[in-house]
Amino acid sequence: MHKEWQPTCTIDNLRLRAQLFQSIRCFFSARDVLEVETPLLGHACGTDPQLDFFTTDYIAHPQRDTLFLQTSPEFAMKRLLAAGSGSIYQICKAFRNGESGRFHNPEFTLLEWYRVGFNLSELMDEVSELIQFLSPGYLSLNAPQRFTYQDVFQRITGLDPLTFSYADYSAFALANGQPEALPICGYEHGLWLDFIFSHYIQPHLGQSALCMIYGYPACQSSLARLNSLNPLISDRVEVFINGIELGNGYYELTDANEQNRRFDEEIAIRLESNRPVTVKDKNLIAALEYGLPECAGIAIGLDRLLMVLTGSLTINDVLSFPVHRA
Amino acid sequence: MAIYSTNEFKSGLKIMLDNDPCAIIENEFVKPGKGQAFNRVKIRNLKTGRVIERTFKSGESLEGADVVDVEMQYLYNDGEFRHFMVPDTFEQYQCEEKLVGDASKWLKDQDNCTVTLWNDAPLSVTPINFVELAIVETDPGVRGDTSGGGGKPAKLETGAVVRVPLFVQQGEVIKVDTRTGEYISRVKE
Repeated sequence: MHKEWQPTCTIDNLRLRAQLFQSIRCFFSARDVLEVETPLLGHACGTDPQLDFFTTDYIAHPQRDTLFLQTSPEFAMKRLLAAGSGSIYQICKAFRNGESGRFHNPEFTLLEWYRVGFNLSELMDEVSELIQFLSPGYLSLNAPQRFTYQDVFQRITGLDPLTFSYADYSAFALANGQPEALPICGYEHGLWLDFIFSHYIQPHLGQSALCMIYGYPACQSSLARLNSLNPLISDRVEVFINGIELGNGYYELTDANEQNRRFDEEIAIRLESNRPVTVKDKNLIAALEYGLPECAGIAIGLDRLLMVLTGSLTINDVLSFPVHRA
Repeated sequence: MAIYSTNEFKSGLKIMLDNDPCAIIENEFVKPGKGQAFNRVKIRNLKTGRVIERTFKSGESLEGADVVDVEMQYLYNDGEFRHFMVPDTFEQYQCEEKLVGDASKWLKDQDNCTVTLWNDAPLSVTPINFVELAIVETDPGVRGDTSGGGGKPAKLETGAVVRVPLFVQQGEVIKVDTRTGEYISRVKE
């Protein structure tokens, strides 16, 4: 029997998704956070060296233009913040090329929100409150946990994530039967951290609890600002439940020059590793130059959150039509 | 041979790893939101049968392995090699005893089996799921006992020893599941 036309999720899970969206809107409306909508197609795109995007041809006769499907609504939302929107949230699709697996679909749904005047700790409070608001009836969770990246890394592996030691890191990989880590990671601190964190640490995080890891090493700061007291770490947080990564947040970088520098750096890395060329978002730089209010923001993957709430083993169980049936 | 990238590592794909032919069992895409993507892959070494876990950077690739399963008829054992034939083409293959491994205890002359070929040379032999073999040696049974409880060892014509119910007699032909080595039933002549 050919069943490709049918959804991969149950009708119950479609209902649960609708309820989840409604609850999220209630939560933010009660807190006076404004719901916004930003374009999925844009003239620029994130420069993150680890993300690949989709492009499409825009035909405005006689001109042709390349537009990017957004890997995240972050840049457009920051432009709204700079324009004086105040705190905002959005439920939208995001697109990442080549990502497909048990926890990935190239087109997925994000909840992204920004809180003007919040620092990272206040943002973490709100994430806990949101999860506590959404989970009853589906999932019983223990008290939320907060650890620094360094604490959790050291506790589980005995390694210091802030100081790169090829000898220690490779000895750990060999002792754990993964000699392939050496050629994969080489002398790149960031790669080693990704390898060790995703293989040995993440699976243990947030067993029946919301677990927030903050204070990421500076080399993994992405769009977060560096910590004002310790330049080795950045004000970035990642959120996990039952070993599943749900979201990523920052105390946002507001310095236009620093942002510009990171863009150039990432574009150079993309070039070096033969990744498709991207265009720096000049509008974001201009918005930062104009002035982004002090704010903290985070994106939560709603498909993954639905997986956690329903105890699903694959993202297909919560999507109507994953990419192979789309 | 074709080159396969990590996103093509589907279960059953045959690839070369560390100079050995291997089969992909499971492939999990692992990617920290802001980090390097990896594929954690479970792989069976087709020479040793061992299962290992190996991580690849997403986008890495491996060479395919020229491994095919061919239905063949088992012909005979010349003491050094076992000989097999493809019924359609009459093409013959000889296979060292150590490659035949556990399959040897289920192989009866003229029976069909699956021979896995790597670069056109036998790699392993898999017997068909159910074989019918005669009992050459077993303790005299207790007549009337059809309970099936307990049982006794019985040696089959190929040398395999299986547990059979007490009522099954020497000289009878029985059906055995080669995957579990369990007795299924008597075969009426």
